[in-house]
Amino acid sequence: MAGDRQKHIRNFCIIAHIDHGKSTLADRLIEKTGVISARDMEEQVLDNMALERERGITIKLQSVKLNYKAQDGEEYILNLIDTPGHVDFTYEVSRSLAACEGAVLVVDATQGIEAQTLANVYLALDNNLELYPVINKIDLPSADPEFVKKEIEDVIGLDASNAALVSAKEGINIEEVLEGIVKYIPHPAGDEDEPLKALIFDSFYDSYKGVIAYIRVMDGILKPGMNMRMMSNGKEYEVVEVGTLKPWLNPTGLLMAGDVGYVTASIKNVKDVRVGDTITDADNPCKEALPGYRKVTSMVYCGIYPADGADYDNLKDALEKLQLNDAALLYEPETSIALGFGFRCGFLGLLHMEIIQERLEREYNLDLVTTAPSVIYHITKTNGEKLEVSNPTNLPAPQEIEYMEEPIVKATIMTPTEYVGAIMELCQNRRGTFRDMQYMEEKRAILNYDLPLNEIIYDFFDALKSRTKGYASFDYELKGYEKSDLVKLDILLNTEAVDALSFIVHKDKAYARGRSMAEKLKEVIPRQMFEIPIQAAIGTKIIARETVKALRKDVLAKCYGGDITRKKKLLEKQKEGKKRMRQVGSVELPQEAFMSVLKLND
Amino acid sequence: MKEVGLYIHIPFCRSKCLYCDFNSFPCREDDAPEYTEALLRELNAYQERYNFIYKTVFIGGGTPTVINCRLIGEIMDKIAPRIKAGAEISMESNPGTVTFDTLRYYRSLGINRLSIGLQAWQAGLLRGLGRIHTAGDFLNAYYWARESGFDNINTDLIFALPNQTSDMWKETLDKVISIGADHISCYSLILEEGTVFYNLYKEGKLQLPDEESDREMYRIAVDTLGSNGYRQYEISNFARKSMECRHNLVYWRNEEYLGVGAGSHSKLEGRRFWNHKDIDRYISLVTEGKLPVEGQEELSVDEDMWETIFLALRLNEGLDMAGFNSKYGVDFRTRYGSQLKRLMAQGLVFIESDRLKLTKKGIDLSNSVFVEFA
Repeated sequence: MAGDRQKHIRNFCIIAHIDHGKSTLADRLIEKTGVISARDMEEQVLDNMALERERGITIKLQSVKLNYKAQDGEEYILNLIDTPGHVDFTYEVSRSLAACEGAVLVVDATQGIEAQTLANVYLALDNNLELYPVINKIDLPSADPEFVKKEIEDVIGLDASNAALVSAKEGINIEEVLEGIVKYIPHPAGDEDEPLKALIFDSFYDSYKGVIAYIRVMDGILKPGMNMRMMSNGKEYEVVEVGTLKPWLNPTGLLMAGDVGYVTASIKNVKDVRVGDTITDADNPCKEALPGYRKVTSMVYCGIYPADGADYDNLKDALEKLQLNDAALLYEPETSIALGFGFRCGFLGLLHMEIIQERLEREYNLDLVTTAPSVIYHITKTNGEKLEVSNPTNLPAPQEIEYMEEPIVKATIMTPTEYVGAIMELCQNRRGTFRDMQYMEEKRAILNYDLPLNEIIYDFFDALKSRTKGYASFDYELKGYEKSDLVKLDILLNTEAVDALSFIVHKDKAYARGRSMAEKLKEVIPRQMFEIPIQAAIGTKIIARETVKALRKDVLAKCYGGDITRKKKLLEKQKEGKKRMRQVGSVELPQEAFMSVLKLND
Repeated sequence: MKEVGLYIHIPFCRSKCLYCDFNSFPCREDDAPEYTEALLRELNAYQERYNFIYKTVFIGGGTPTVINCRLIGEIMDKIAPRIKAGAEISMESNPGTVTFDTLRYYRSLGINRLSIGLQAWQAGLLRGLGRIHTAGDFLNAYYWARESGFDNINTDLIFALPNQTSDMWKETLDKVISIGADHISCYSLILEEGTVFYNLYKEGKLQLPDEESDREMYRIAVDTLGSNGYRQYEISNFARKSMECRHNLVYWRNEEYLGVGAGSHSKLEGRRFWNHKDIDRYISLVTEGKLPVEGQEELSVDEDMWETIFLALRLNEGLDMAGFNSKYGVDFRTRYGSQLKRLMAQGLVFIESDRLKLTKKGIDLSNSVFVEFA
């Protein structure tokens, strides 16, 4: 039974398309409710990782408890649960949403609804959330709040008459948003007397306390000394500490139905605290776990190798440390003839992959060689054996393959109508299957396509942006696996196959890809002391050939006036460049060669 | 008493050539007296401190012949007591800036080797380089120099120039051979950052011969000069018997030298150091009684070894491995075993009577060889 206590709680999140001002609005709400004094307030407190700041996106969730005295004179607790704002993290978003009763839907008054706005709205509706629309950036000259209101009503079917018109940046009408949250978002209605049922919506590793789980208590109570159980794996732990998020950890000794907070229980491994899992009381368990839990699956894989083989152990340590806080990151050792010892790593998506690569390079100061990303292919062999392959090198010989299946995604592309043709052409090129198209209003359309994931992981997003002058937005989710006519394309340098350059491609595109790959490699491989034939091959059949001509001249003639220092610097620079090359057979390859497949224009 | 090479820098020019990135300043000859004053003070500082004997002298630039020749006289007066008997004393010159009288004067100062910058024979090419002279001016300068008693004359040439053909290059070589120059330097044009040529090239306004043509011209030089009695003794240098530039050999044999003047470089006692390039800065520092040194580099044994190797490999005589072993107390063949094996397999180096040398291909790809020993 929802007591009076729960009537004064609101659990909500903010959903928005990237750059529509979610983080800025969160800052203003925090500032306004005085959780953090203005002096201490750093811009965008919820985005606390440097990388997130730079990219303007939220990767790791943060949550904060706000105290607000509403105009009705009552004190309310507003738990703001932050959500990551990118397609790669859809599952994490959905679990954060599941911890809330409502969502503040932020739409940019100058841009209107975008692909991610819609994707997030659907997620919120799936979780039965009440949506409270907020139209942001009304201070901008090109703001058209009335138009955006109409769009919200037409496209989402949401009554926007109560929408708050704000400027988070300028701090205009922030109070109205807080009032709206109290007024329009339902309070939690859990039962404190039922057995404990709490949803994990995030976790991170702390070297003193072990894993800290961010939770929403649905029913029952949680306090130190209790034995709690993870319902997905049955593991049990004695609760050490519970508390609320201010956003720093604030021990309270008790969490009850409707509360959002954290729990620690000396848990060593973040993998045992899975987002979406249900925590219950081991001595008085609930009957059923909360719905919606699933194990995160990596969609995109790539090989990560230390540029300097001596850094292998450092890379391993770094991956271990990153994984402490990122259960979605998978890695296992692999060996490449070309690149030596390294790891095959699995990611939620491309952005996730880029973020991990950047963190390895920046935070752990590692120099990496990464291979082109791949997806997981399902292979059925002629002998009936089934296997999953994420590294093209591990693909069985063609004659052993009965058939192959590749992952297909449902893609939603939102665009001004003038670019519809260009987008259709792009999707066609990428083996897309047209599903349907809806006009949101006269000038904007939503295109739905089924696209093979392996066509997206290369440069789809860039291609989309460049063909639409950046106006189109894009979102996708996994649809399933479909049979496909795929082949492995090998690259031979100086007649030797380089395993790290192989990739899997649809048969119809193999020739074009092989050709452009050979051309691209010709551009990036510096001339060496001998001629280097570059060949693209399917099996034993050569489908493209280019040649890197032999270096004829590498000589500095003049050694002027005894300035040996300068000459030496030039040579040292050359040596440095050489060190960054990988010796593959007789050929020296620059690191960028391994990513060439990403930069093919077609 | 220590024997060193002496380099003296004269940073003045009539006008800057379009490819030049050396430390030279056009149209500032008026500052030459003050500059020379500073130069003498700098020389004095070293001469007071050290007991150097100059085994070679090289007066370079810029264009030493662009300043009043009496200033060169003052410099020679200052160093003359320290010059070893029979030493090579070279000076660079530009054909447009000398007369019979000045050349006679230079010769009378004891300067015994003249280097004349010709670069190319064809008037069109010379204009394209921003040179202030013609082939005719060069011939005048050359014969005046001979008349004045210079029996050791070098001619600087550049190949792989914009719009230059192999035939033009051949003509240039033939002309210089026919007048009987004693020493010929052939430099491949290098685009240096900050030069007019570099910027033109970046803008796509400079048509340069490709690498194949560059190497062809180099081959023409090696063959033509070789068959006319000019022995190649360094990647870019050719000389008649015993006319090698001894001052430049000091650099290539990694011996010690003192450089004075703006932007000059020195190597002394395991240290390389260099002066400020800016004329005014140079003058004011010296006038304040300070050494105008801008920076220095203490060489580790490893670095010194590397320098010895790559400088020696520029010379046709190559690296004396036994000498190397006794100088550094190592065994060259052991220490660089894997590099030697690789480079020999690639046909870039060979060993001849215990000397390591570059092959013809090794010369073309010399930087790739040098970095192996870093």
